[in-house]
Amino acid sequence: MSEAARRPDSIVYMAFTNRSFVIGFAITLFITLMALLSFVWTPYDVTVLPVANRLKPPSPEHWLGTDHFGRDVLSMIMVGARNSIAVALVAVGIGMLIGVPLGCWAAARGGWIDEILMRFNDLVFAFPALLSAIMITAIFGPGAINAIIAIGIFNIPIFARVARAGAVSLWPREFILAARASGKGQALITVEHILPNIASLLLVQATIQFAIAVLAEASLAYLGLGAQPPMPSWGRMLFDAQTRMIVSPTLAIFPGLAIVITVLGLNLLGDGLADVLDPKLRRER
Amino acid sequence: MSLLEIEGLNLSIGKLPILKNVNLTIEAGEVRGLVGESGSGKSMTALSIMQLLSGSMTATGRITFNDIDILGATEDQMNALRGDDIGMVFQEPMTALNPVKTIGAQVAEGIRWHTNVSRAEAEDRTRRILDRVGLPEAKFPMSRFPHQLSGGQRQRVVIAIATALKPKLLIADEPTTALDVVLQAQILDLLRELVHEDRSGLLLISHDLAVVTDMSDTITIMRNGEVVDEGETARVLVDQTHPYTRQLAQASMHVPELRQDPAALRIAAARHAHDKAGLLLRVANVSKDYPGERTGIFSRAKPFRAVDDVSFDLKPGESVALVGRSGCGKSTLARAILALDPPTSGRVELDSVDIAKMNDAELMPHRRKMQVVFQDPYGSFDPRHTVERLISEPLHLMAQKPTTAERRDMVQQALAEVGLPADAMDKYPHEFSGGQRQRLSIARALITRPKLIIADEPVSALDVSIRAQVLDLFAELNHRLGVAYVFITHDLTVARAITDRVMVMHEGRIVEEGVTSEVLDHPKSDPAKALVAAAPDLRRAIKRRLGEQG
Repeated sequence: MSEAARRPDSIVYMAFTNRSFVIGFAITLFITLMALLSFVWTPYDVTVLPVANRLKPPSPEHWLGTDHFGRDVLSMIMVGARNSIAVALVAVGIGMLIGVPLGCWAAARGGWIDEILMRFNDLVFAFPALLSAIMITAIFGPGAINAIIAIGIFNIPIFARVARAGAVSLWPREFILAARASGKGQALITVEHILPNIASLLLVQATIQFAIAVLAEASLAYLGLGAQPPMPSWGRMLFDAQTRMIVSPTLAIFPGLAIVITVLGLNLLGDGLADVLDPKLRRER
Repeated sequence: MSLLEIEGLNLSIGKLPILKNVNLTIEAGEVRGLVGESGSGKSMTALSIMQLLSGSMTATGRITFNDIDILGATEDQMNALRGDDIGMVFQEPMTALNPVKTIGAQVAEGIRWHTNVSRAEAEDRTRRILDRVGLPEAKFPMSRFPHQLSGGQRQRVVIAIATALKPKLLIADEPTTALDVVLQAQILDLLRELVHEDRSGLLLISHDLAVVTDMSDTITIMRNGEVVDEGETARVLVDQTHPYTRQLAQASMHVPELRQDPAALRIAAARHAHDKAGLLLRVANVSKDYPGERTGIFSRAKPFRAVDDVSFDLKPGESVALVGRSGCGKSTLARAILALDPPTSGRVELDSVDIAKMNDAELMPHRRKMQVVFQDPYGSFDPRHTVERLISEPLHLMAQKPTTAERRDMVQQALAEVGLPADAMDKYPHEFSGGQRQRLSIARALITRPKLIIADEPVSALDVSIRAQVLDLFAELNHRLGVAYVFITHDLTVARAITDRVMVMHEGRIVEEGVTSEVLDHPKSDPAKALVAAAPDLRRAIKRRLGEQG
């Protein structure tokens, strides 16, 4: 660690003395590394189907056993992690890229623009995420891309709301008035003053949305609306395991555990970040 | 035996000493003033008496109240004392009350807890005590919530809670700092009456020497956690034996030298005469309405007129005070002039150009001529930017954007202008003290070389000695650079110290205007008279103290 990072008041130091942050960070890092590793190496190739080897329990050759096509479950979970992370990342990205500007715009303009934007937001919010995802995939057909779009759309109003709430509380502050007295327009003030000051808020929200997106992707895949075979995905693995629960219960347990651990890790990371970045809590410590 | 005796009180947070050997006594019926600048340990002393210290603080020494050893008392014993024999009034009436409980319930809570009386009797006593602090039930039902009351009324409720059980000792920690001068005078009168009636001791904590002098029989002056001077109020302030006492007293009555120097004033007068032809600012019939509250889906109450048909002129280099009670429309008027919140009607002419109806792009060249300094030295800077970036922000108004080197030069010059070193440029605002931040705020206002600076309560958040320095700076900049000021303030000493003319605002209108000394010494309108009568004045207070002693 650098000299600056070791000072007790530096954010890095506080982050790594915060228990939830450290555990969440370790889990997230582990899952990410696993996903990255799957690009270059997996224990077995997941695209070949050695059917003779099917439904093996965990063993030294296959740590987590094999599925009904004889594929190695560990390899599938590794490749599935890649899929989950990619979908969640792009979906949260879409939500932020569209939602944050919308929220900032609503806060800056106020009046009827604010009213219309936020009521439209409420409308999108009113549809359960899964329902709108099913609608989208029903229209455009199932697939990873459409799952991403569906989850992304569901994320837009959440980020718009968080960004607007943060921005609205900043606009009457005196440093914003001073910037306005300096002739700066709404767009420039938003970029220079509002965004840096709500960044921590958005970062915490993004971590939590990331966890929700992982879960949503798994649900869509379980319903057959996500990534299509032969691309392995955690939700799909759960669905396939369902009919063979009695014969080989481990088939359902491992992808389920993967989902639980990932979501737990991201939630812990979000909690930890919120503690570290919230200036109010920081002062009390 | 005194009511309260503090002997050799030491307090530390962790290893950091906060209070050093503090001694203080209060007799029954005595009003003891406790004065000091921020960080001098006033509030910590009060919290030690109440034993409301947080875990990391350790207190040693001896505090005896009514023969009870406070530092050795158990939490149960303290709970029996707090709110019963010792009452406390806090500074901020909004946060001292629970927003989701009615005022009646909050007053009755303490009564029921300490006396075990029936609900009906507690209610009855609550009614009487609220009536006593000036909130009769007929006008202020006990079912009101704190947000339905004004600041002054809320502070009355806090006082009602503190005095409900006729405590032997009342501690008031800056009870009027959040209120305007007229409310301040009313609340102080109320406190005085209550302690006189009940013959209780009062520990009045304040940063305002004039308030304390006016109120208290004896005074304790603290600095850096130590008691530096102590004794009978009149004695301490007349003799001023301790240099720090003298320093505090002088700072409270401070008038910048440039404004006392006849030669400098003559130059200023000459300059005003010379510039007679051109007016810098002309405000003509400005009104500002805010939409009324919604009364239905499509209907609204009548709009609220915050500024009502205000007109005045300002010559280049002139310094004008805009005084009035809180909520009188001072700040709204300032925003209208600054074109931050355009007026509903009327003209704001800067150098003979009407800027009231201009859009942002058209405003750019005019904004360069006027800048603003805000009250809160903490809220007026983006915490995430460096000082260089913050101070150079108004340079955005320049038709030609300066290069990086030019910008650094200009920032350095502005910093030098307000007496800050050039290396301040690369720091962040949190690395500066309140007074230094207000200097930064002035530097930011100066960087475009404006002709007019509008200052909204620029010194009311500062300690007296720092306030004196900042006022000096304002006077000097006016003298050297010929900047005109509009000073918005509720503090008449500030108006007297720095302005040529004063305008008194009341309910959105200017009710009186004239030469500062004339208006403040011989006010004609009722609002002006009320302001002048309520304003704490150290000289007057000392004189009255001496008169009482005969």
